[in-house]
Amino acid sequence: MIAEHLPALQVVIPLLAAPVCVLLRRPGPAWALATAASWAAFGVAVLLLIAVLEQGVLSYHLGGWEPPWGIEYRVDLANAFVLLIVAAISAVVLPFARRSVAAEIPEEKAYLFYSMYLLCLTGLLGIAATVSSLSSYVLISLGKDRRALTAAFQYLIMGTIGATFYLLGIGLLYAMTGTLNMADLAQRLPAVSDTRTVHAAFAFLVIGIGVKAAVFPLHLWLPNAYCYAPSVVTAFLAATATKVSIYVVLRIVFTIFGPAYSFEVIEADLVMIPLALAAMLLASTTAIFQNNVKRLLAYSSVAQIGYMVLGISLGSVTGVTAGIVHLFNHAMIKGGLFLALGCVFVTLGSVQLRDMAGLGRRMPWTMAAFVIGGLSLIGVPATTGFISKWVLVQATLERGQWFFAVLILASSLLALVYVWRVVEAAYFRPAPEGAAEVSEAPLAMLIPTWLLILANVYFGVDTSLTLGVARRGAETLLGGAA
Amino acid sequence: MRHHLVLRVVAKLLIPFILIFGLYVQFHGDYGPGGGFQAGVIFAAGFILYGLIFGLDKVQKVAPPAWIRVLVAAGVLLFAGVGVAGMLLGGNYLDYGVLRHDPVHGQHLGILLIEFGVGTTVAAVMITIFYNFAGRGREDR
Repeated sequence: MIAEHLPALQVVIPLLAAPVCVLLRRPGPAWALATAASWAAFGVAVLLLIAVLEQGVLSYHLGGWEPPWGIEYRVDLANAFVLLIVAAISAVVLPFARRSVAAEIPEEKAYLFYSMYLLCLTGLLGIAATVSSLSSYVLISLGKDRRALTAAFQYLIMGTIGATFYLLGIGLLYAMTGTLNMADLAQRLPAVSDTRTVHAAFAFLVIGIGVKAAVFPLHLWLPNAYCYAPSVVTAFLAATATKVSIYVVLRIVFTIFGPAYSFEVIEADLVMIPLALAAMLLASTTAIFQNNVKRLLAYSSVAQIGYMVLGISLGSVTGVTAGIVHLFNHAMIKGGLFLALGCVFVTLGSVQLRDMAGLGRRMPWTMAAFVIGGLSLIGVPATTGFISKWVLVQATLERGQWFFAVLILASSLLALVYVWRVVEAAYFRPAPEGAAEVSEAPLAMLIPTWLLILANVYFGVDTSLTLGVARRGAETLLGGAA
Repeated sequence: MRHHLVLRVVAKLLIPFILIFGLYVQFHGDYGPGGGFQAGVIFAAGFILYGLIFGLDKVQKVAPPAWIRVLVAAGVLLFAGVGVAGMLLGGNYLDYGVLRHDPVHGQHLGILLIEFGVGTTVAAVMITIFYNFAGRGREDR
């Protein structure tokens, strides 16, 4: 009986746990409940992926109403994979959260933090953009630095504009087809696709969700938001939120409109490819000049999103595979890196480059984790970053675009520069005079960090799960509306 | 506002009716215009009016912030819980048809409970927002 309800349980478990957290009122029990709920959600995500691999598409009718009248949750390989990413990151991040939240968030607000976190998880797992964005605004504003408030407000404004655009797009599509169900939309659209309304809808949808996904040049909210949010929130959102948005882009471009329409009629790739390339180069260059390491990684995220968009807009199976596999790999990379930074922040109280001087000796495990994560970010062989870039380069060469391949390599070199700056500060510079005595971060934080970092190495060697699922997901997406 | 006799008397007269109207919008919502959200806002307006005229301390004696916060969570729990109840009774999530023997009755009961959950949370959230704005500058409670 449980099996048929998996798609609903995925969302219901964190949704139920969130208000219970409010009732618990104390940080300890609230944390325990959030962790339990998150692990349960991870379990459900694993079962879902297995079920989809065995039986194909699962369809769940909320409230028992048949689609297209009722709301349908449709789980195929692509979103089962995204669900797995989100749930896995959350399951790793929460054990880390206990010490980190205790250090960064006032004790009397901690239970509300966990409740918000669970709501955000609910939103991300249910692909309910409003729930997850509203709660992520709150989560970001909880940062210790007062600038977190302006960062959250900036994100709120940008995010709301994005959501409005998205809704406008949906409204236009509804006006033309009279349905909101994705599969139904895909069926009815071809009949009316050559109208200006549908063209406008496409533009609204892609731009609206592009703001959420921080696609260059709509990424301006991202560096501040990641920089001033509490460490846990940065790690969680950086690894998941933009990924879910990218997934929505995939759905819009491939499932609703279909690749033929998106790339041959609208020619969206003519816009998306240059922007993706610009993101890779410009954001990486900006990252080099940052002195706050969190902000440095935030800019690097913008560049990484460029890789995903590039993969998607190549429109071939290999390209989309690269995009999807990078969703997973980048979640591992950035999740691990931001957790390592969280360790630094809790013990050192700062993530400025100059304060991190000489840290390699004082916090050997944390910095070692950062270095491995950094190598993966650059794309050194035997790490996940390499796999993503390898597939992406293959995809560009398939299309005969060797020039893109060169730019990907150039962007990797830029990544080398900004990762090196941190390594240089941590290992080759002496600790500043009068620096606070710090020792290694607590084990409860190191273990989750290393878990993600080792996942980087593992999935860099054994790619059967990630690449296999991503390729099959890409084939489903490109195979039409299925 | 201590000297505004007219306001005080009118508010005292009005508040019971506001609350009753709120409940009417809530429970008549499945037959006429209305529903949980609107009802919650109207119901909260009664409390907010009381707070505006008689002061924050008085209204917080009537509706302590801690209790209101419990209600915020309880409403959501009721909503999600009804959904789970549908699942346990053999339907899909949020399928109210299985709550009673007769699907029509089940749908009825389900939407009534769900809307009550919405109303509770909305009212409690509105009051909390009022408390937070009105309490600014005071010591954090």
